[in-house]
Amino acid sequence: MNELIWLIPLAPLISFTIMFATQGKLGKTPVAILGVGSVGLSALIVFSIVFTWLNSGPQAPYVQTITSWINVGGFNPQISFHLDGLSLTMMSVITGVGFLIHVYSSLFMEDDEDYSRFFSYMNLFVCAMLILVLADNLLLLYLGWEGVGLCSYLLVGFWHEDPNNGAAARKAFVVTRIGDTAMALGLFLLFMHLGTLQIQPMLEAATQTWVTGDSIPTIAALLLLGGAVGKSAQLPLQTWLPDAMAGPTPVSALIHAATMVTAGVYLIARTHELYLLAPTVQTAVAVVGLATLLMAAFTALTQTDIKRILAYSTISQIGYMFLALGVGAWASGIFHLMTHAFFKALLFLGAGAVIYSLHHEHNIFKMGGLRKKLPVAFWSFLIGSAALTALPLTSGFYSKDEILLAAYEVNPLFWAGGLLGAFLTSVYSFRLVFVVFFGEAKTEPSAPAGPRMAVPLSILCVFSIIGGWFHIPVDAVFPVVTESHHDQTIAIITPLVPIIGVILAYLMFLRKSLDFTSLLESSIGSNLRKFFFSHWAMDWLYDKVFVVPYKTIARINQSDIVDMVYEGIANITSIFHYLTSSTQTGQLRWYAFSMAAGLVFILAIMLGII
Amino acid sequence: MQLVALISVLFVGGLVAWLAEGSNRDWPKWISLITILLSAVLMIPLFSLEPTSVPLGAATSQWLLVYEVPWIPRFGISFLLGLDGLTLLMVALTLFLGLVALASSWNEIDHQPGFFQFNLMWTLAGVTGVFVALDLFLFFFFWEVMLIPMYFLIAIWGHENKAYASMKFFLFTQISGLFMLLSILVLVFVAADLTGNFTFNYFDLVGLNLDPDIAWWLMLGFFVAFVVKLPGFPFHTWLPDAHTQAPTAASVLLAGILLKTGAYGLIRFTVPLFPEAAMEIAHVAMLLGAIGVVYGAVLAFAQDDFKRLVAYSSVSHMGFVLIGIFAWRELTLQGSVMQMVAHGLSTAALFMIAGALQHRLHTRDVSKMGGLWKDMPRMGAIAMFFIVASLGMPGLGNFVGEFLILMGTFQVDVPITVFASLGLIVAAVYSLVAMQRVFQGAPTADRNLQDFDSREVATMVLMMLGLVYLGVHPQPVFDMVEPTLTSLYQLTGPVHEWVGAAR
Repeated sequence: MNELIWLIPLAPLISFTIMFATQGKLGKTPVAILGVGSVGLSALIVFSIVFTWLNSGPQAPYVQTITSWINVGGFNPQISFHLDGLSLTMMSVITGVGFLIHVYSSLFMEDDEDYSRFFSYMNLFVCAMLILVLADNLLLLYLGWEGVGLCSYLLVGFWHEDPNNGAAARKAFVVTRIGDTAMALGLFLLFMHLGTLQIQPMLEAATQTWVTGDSIPTIAALLLLGGAVGKSAQLPLQTWLPDAMAGPTPVSALIHAATMVTAGVYLIARTHELYLLAPTVQTAVAVVGLATLLMAAFTALTQTDIKRILAYSTISQIGYMFLALGVGAWASGIFHLMTHAFFKALLFLGAGAVIYSLHHEHNIFKMGGLRKKLPVAFWSFLIGSAALTALPLTSGFYSKDEILLAAYEVNPLFWAGGLLGAFLTSVYSFRLVFVVFFGEAKTEPSAPAGPRMAVPLSILCVFSIIGGWFHIPVDAVFPVVTESHHDQTIAIITPLVPIIGVILAYLMFLRKSLDFTSLLESSIGSNLRKFFFSHWAMDWLYDKVFVVPYKTIARINQSDIVDMVYEGIANITSIFHYLTSSTQTGQLRWYAFSMAAGLVFILAIMLGII
Repeated sequence: MQLVALISVLFVGGLVAWLAEGSNRDWPKWISLITILLSAVLMIPLFSLEPTSVPLGAATSQWLLVYEVPWIPRFGISFLLGLDGLTLLMVALTLFLGLVALASSWNEIDHQPGFFQFNLMWTLAGVTGVFVALDLFLFFFFWEVMLIPMYFLIAIWGHENKAYASMKFFLFTQISGLFMLLSILVLVFVAADLTGNFTFNYFDLVGLNLDPDIAWWLMLGFFVAFVVKLPGFPFHTWLPDAHTQAPTAASVLLAGILLKTGAYGLIRFTVPLFPEAAMEIAHVAMLLGAIGVVYGAVLAFAQDDFKRLVAYSSVSHMGFVLIGIFAWRELTLQGSVMQMVAHGLSTAALFMIAGALQHRLHTRDVSKMGGLWKDMPRMGAIAMFFIVASLGMPGLGNFVGEFLILMGTFQVDVPITVFASLGLIVAAVYSLVAMQRVFQGAPTADRNLQDFDSREVATMVLMMLGLVYLGVHPQPVFDMVEPTLTSLYQLTGPVHEWVGAAR
């Protein structure tokens, strides 16, 4: 099956091309078959490779070169794909979860007149992400990387008639492009010193050329981290993700679960040799992850929009993955990436089902008591939130537990911070569940979603539970972690904390026996809440520091100050023109006078008087 | 001989088109079409030519064709034309964009259609001449030939402020051209002193042992002429006015190929004729390029006039070319050439869209647009493609150019690379904002607009395919210009240590 990997990204690309070329002239059924089928085909190939691996054990990395791309001055990137345990894991997530999202979308978007445009973008998104994880060199990876950014722009701004959606889409593109540009500089630096961007030879050369702590790998790793924090919505470039909710809900599921935000995690994992050479940067990865996961968790506590709560939870969960990478638990980071993809896709699609049935209502406090009316959505949310909270036996439990224990080995503070985050996660997740699905009904939902939405949800429910038992085949990719014997108390406390959080949420939002109203209404409490609600005022800050000054400078210089120099020259010339032409009056006496005056003047000079 | 035929066809075709206006007002454009197709046919055999070696200074250069007949032997002026890979690429781009320009103006010109086509064809002839001329006197002759018909195109068929814009265009180009003429003449006299041979021949003038001070001033004359044309910061201000006022066809030609003659001149003449002096100014030139990249992008963001916006984006993109040329590495030079071709296509397409919008809405003011995707989905999707291309999306030609330039320049000068890289971010800002203001958002008025028709779609699809091709399979273009660039490194080798090869 390995020989067919070229078809994995190509299938959705062909589908995109057909839909782009026909410009909406295809009917909805052909579009659905093409859009869903192409991703299905990719998934089929990926999972047949997975079955080979399951049957005959992990295989050696497989490289397939399609064609030479560029060959200039020793720079020779090719269009070639690299299949190993890491890319296979990523592809399973992308095509598997991606396929379910596509099936779900075929119903969710059915009433949209731009059905074909929607599926063309979705297909391109999947294609770009597949190229990103399959790429054998960093330039091809960068192609997928930028492609993912483009598709997020196109999809977030899918309903482009509302300018707010357009603004959110641009924000997603521009903010991530800041990171991309840092990453590009990182590629330049790596190429200058190592002479290749071919990932495996490059990393090999890196470990041979440099020793741990050298400045060049440190700078390079830092620049790549810049790219990673952009795509993966981490501090300081995380502000685009909450606004990216403007797109249709399946898009959010795709961005948050199968594609895009996992790209940064993948990049760091893929180039982990570089980070091992730059321990400072690796620590920075952990710190970024920890800070982001806490900031986002506090923010999620205060949100009222169902999708924004989920968005901040994504930022927070990616923070855990960064924390894992930062403490060297590479495999755990990727493991959490996979389990997160299951339960986050489940939560978003579940949220979509709620929104679908409630006529685009997003505010959780206008919902309530939906448990009976929307059972599929309810179970989805219950299971998804349990996994997000990392309750024992769910998939999220296994991955998060690994991360926290690994963090403890490196620095107990990382563990403590992560645990605080886990506690907050459980509170905000079950706040959402209790407010939306329990209590009294506030709105009357229309008919629940049909099977094309219910089936993907059910499958994701199953995976969100059993996903923790999967063993991802990345042992050959990452350095072997020596099995450490954990402190027994730590191993017991870690899974207990989320349970306490759930109980607290139960007491606060369902039983309402704990009441913090007076605390929240106090001036400090409400200000703090506003501060958290605005995601620590980061948007405000960036607006004041970057956006407003840029706009002001651009506006002031709209008519190009440089041109004023040339205008000045032109004006001086015409002043002289008017001065000299005004001597031509056409009056004889004036000419006679000036001739006489000139004569006198010249005579005076000749006679030496002047 | 083929080259003479190629240029003559364009000159003659233009004359015939002008004369034909008297018989039928529809004939001139058909004659132009036939003319361009005929020259394209004449070009086909050129692609299969085998190169021959001609000594160029201390180097050996590879030429597909060299044609020489004496013209004014007394002054050492000859009709010397040469064709190599770089030239061939540029001429092919010229003819292709000539076709695009013709298609974009097909139904637009009512006033004096014959004279319009005459000027169009003569511009093409002039540009082709500039690319193939290797006698400096002849080169200057063609440099002027391409200027005057372009002046008429803007002055006669331009928009509301055409007199101002055409005069500005003329003065900038003419004055900077005079510097070049002075440099050419002094160079010839100095060379005559050195070699005892009075000649304007490129091959004889390259590799002279000039006095460094004189070489510096002579280099500056060439440099200014070409950088004004490019246009490099701070000589760019003619471009927004000229573009805004020019008819669509003229904008397409201006952005698509006239600007490239500046870059071509730098590669062909400025650096090879005065390598040491060019080396001295290289840093300043790269700095101007980098400033141009960012400055152009910021200005583009501020514009309300769609054509002005695209014009400033050209300033930004051509800044990359300037950086790439003066970094003088294989990577950056190949990147610059690629950027020239890709920018030619993407900007020509954007100007064509701008022209189509103006034709339909009678305004270029983007604040009066918005929501046009609804009315014209095909145009919207196509515009999105070219906007995305122009902001440097991998997989399309512009990315290959910019990436190679930045990657190569990084090895020469890190701060300049970092500064120019900011251009990638601001390009995204102005491009996407423009897309929003024109095509997205809610429709502001109930318009009944005609979407792109099949003629327009066909033209656009050709350019889209071109950009995709350059993006995923750029190697044929690299291979085409590689011999030219190799001979230039040989020439300048001692000055610019070339370290492109991988360590």
